[in-house]
Amino acid sequence: MIDDLITASVLASGIRLATPYLYAAIGETFGQRSGVLNLGVEGVMLMGAFTSLWAVYEITPAGATSYYGPALLAGVLVALLVGLVMGLATAVINVTLQAQQGISGIGIYLFGLGMSDLLFQKVFRGEVITVNGFPKVNIPVLSDLPVLGEIFFRQNLLVYLAFALVPVTWFVLNKTTLGLNIRAVGQNPEAADAMGISVTRVRYFTVTLGGMLASLAGASLSISLVNVFQQNMTAGQGFIAVALVYFGAWRARGVMFGALLFSLVNALQLQVRTKGIDVPDEYASMAPYLLTIIALIFASRRIDQPAALTKPFERGE
Amino acid sequence: MAMSTADHKLLPTGHERIDHMEMRGIVKRFPGVLAVDHVDFDVRAGEVHALLGENGAGKSTLMKILYGLYHPNEGEIFLDGERVTIKSPSDAIAWGIGMIHQHFMLVPSLTVAENVALGLKSTRAPLLDLDVVSARIKELAKTYGLQVDPAMPVWQLAVGERQRVEILKALYRGAALLILDEPTAVLTPQEVDDLFVTLRQMVSDGHALIFISHKLHEVLAISQRVTVLRDGHFVGTVPTAEATKASLARMMVGREVLLTYEVRAQQAGEPRLRVEGVRAASDRGTEALRGINLEVRAGEILGLAGVSGNGQRELAEVIFGLRPATTGQVVLDGQEVTGKSPCDLNKLGMSYIPEERMTDGVIRDFTVAENLMLQEHGLRPYSYSIFMNPRAITRRCAELIRSFNIRTPTQETPIKSLSGGNIQKLVLARELAREPAVLIAAQPTRGVDIGATEYIHQRLLDQRAKGTATLLISEDLDEILALADRIAVIYEGEIVGVVDRAEAQVEALGLMMAGVHREAVAG
Repeated sequence: MIDDLITASVLASGIRLATPYLYAAIGETFGQRSGVLNLGVEGVMLMGAFTSLWAVYEITPAGATSYYGPALLAGVLVALLVGLVMGLATAVINVTLQAQQGISGIGIYLFGLGMSDLLFQKVFRGEVITVNGFPKVNIPVLSDLPVLGEIFFRQNLLVYLAFALVPVTWFVLNKTTLGLNIRAVGQNPEAADAMGISVTRVRYFTVTLGGMLASLAGASLSISLVNVFQQNMTAGQGFIAVALVYFGAWRARGVMFGALLFSLVNALQLQVRTKGIDVPDEYASMAPYLLTIIALIFASRRIDQPAALTKPFERGE
Repeated sequence: MAMSTADHKLLPTGHERIDHMEMRGIVKRFPGVLAVDHVDFDVRAGEVHALLGENGAGKSTLMKILYGLYHPNEGEIFLDGERVTIKSPSDAIAWGIGMIHQHFMLVPSLTVAENVALGLKSTRAPLLDLDVVSARIKELAKTYGLQVDPAMPVWQLAVGERQRVEILKALYRGAALLILDEPTAVLTPQEVDDLFVTLRQMVSDGHALIFISHKLHEVLAISQRVTVLRDGHFVGTVPTAEATKASLARMMVGREVLLTYEVRAQQAGEPRLRVEGVRAASDRGTEALRGINLEVRAGEILGLAGVSGNGQRELAEVIFGLRPATTGQVVLDGQEVTGKSPCDLNKLGMSYIPEERMTDGVIRDFTVAENLMLQEHGLRPYSYSIFMNPRAITRRCAELIRSFNIRTPTQETPIKSLSGGNIQKLVLARELAREPAVLIAAQPTRGVDIGATEYIHQRLLDQRAKGTATLLISEDLDEILALADRIAVIYEGEIVGVVDRAEAQVEALGLMMAGVHREAVAG
């Protein structure tokens, strides 16, 4: 039975399913490292998911049977643009207006949830439309490896890009002046301010980047993984992404392992269902959420937590 | 090689000196407060100019204006005769002005080199150049005698080392003029000596230093000139050679001040508080107390000296039932009280003046009256069953406010709008009014002005005369030497020795505060 469950194709789907978590959680990592908690990730993801699918749908020529490159590019760009706008709005609310970050995030989430559904009803009258999403790109030579080739090297561009972001994030945070500024602002904004760093500018940057990546996370669902849009299709993945940042102790690598853990559990529960193994559906689909709670209870390496997380900065004037 | 004349104006860091900095007619208003009122101040290369004043006198505000953190409402700043506008810390740094803040502006999770590099242009931008920074730190450390390892994370450094990092940070940025805001507040006497050696060296190299303090003997020891501020006003500038402790204190407070207290000799009585073999964990789970034994007798003040973070806070919390002891016991008047709640301990005659006044001592948003009644509101005559008795409360509060000289507009004033000294007097009033058997006073005068400090000290001595056993926890050795009958020194959760005040020497205490055992100090 185990052989049935853990196959190369299940593992490959586990890798694939990690993409939305990765984009969203890496974006959230940047924000949290600079001291801003954005709970609105889920809403931004939904907006990214819908708008990118809409763009792909509009630009793909009618009757096309395979993917249309310019449409996919437009889909990604639209997602990034929507993420930029929502990220900026989040920054205005959390950084400039110094809102309570736990509450404002819920507002952003509800906005994204409602707005994406409204657009969905207006544009497609609530009909589920399938688009031609990102195709698999087999990496020469590597994709021919037995087992490993299927798991890692026959994925699509958005999957590769998500994993490529992990070392890039590590590098930016640890080896660049920008990264040093971000870490300093998250740990001791007063000190950063006294050293002439603009706390506001750094936080605007990270929160906006976080918005763009969250929106891309949504696109990676709607035009790369499932190629449809449905109301509330993210089903809590944005919130799990926020939890993953804690789980991964604010480090890109930790976040990646967390994302993989969740996506593999997800892939397994899908396999359990398709194989018709005698486990009630509800238990299988409950698994990722249960795991979130368990993971967060045990992942209490709070020492690395940015000391200024959720605390707005104001110079004592 | 022949030096050009311009080189004479350079500091060892290679940056230009600031020969003369002058602030003229500086005014800074905060909503409802005139924090700095037409103050003039200047400093020259090669001198330490001390800025002296009580808390709230405007010293820090004036210096934050010079460092670009605040913007003045009126007034001008001149550097070498040229008028400059300093809009932000980056401007100040660019002009060669550095500031060592009272609360270190360091990021604990970052290394020394990362802290220094913060906000600087990297030679390999956008990448970091920590190797270049580390090499330069080592160079500067050598020139100025500021030993520190650039690769160490700051949270692992001792307080004195952190201060060196702060100074290095400023020197690295080419500070020709350095503002030191209460730099000795957190140091042991030996560390203060080391700091003064560094400061003298900097002065002889041509730096201009501004030394903010309220400790008179330090001002007298290090500065060439002293400027005194009071309530935001300029009181005067005097050459240090012509000043005495008494004359400076008079300028600061505006009246004669007792600098030493008459401590009447009295026989200590029975032990009222005993701490036996107490061990306890810190917030991080490490062992903060490693077998503490202490005894405080009736009519005695036991001073607990030590550098901050050596277990003082944890000890006070264990005694007052706010932190569980892993082993050991606390005995109050012969009765074991380990693990009892603060409420029970209050009833048994223990009082506690917590170190963190604003978070542990009062409730910020409550009124003066509410804060005064925090413990007794449930007792008669202040309440009957579930109803409070406002008249009894008002009468009681009026009496406390008068007898403890708390300056507040009304009883209904929110406590956060009172000055630190008055808030502390309120805590004192609440804790002393019931004539405690044992008093735990943690940093009772930290951040409190001289006038209020004098008052608080006097109250502690009165309490001693009434037979209270007082454990006075303080990082201010002068305070302990002025009040305590015996002095215990704590280091890394252990008592390294207990000495009678009569035999206490500052040098020996300083060594004990650095962890050297009493026997070793004596031998």
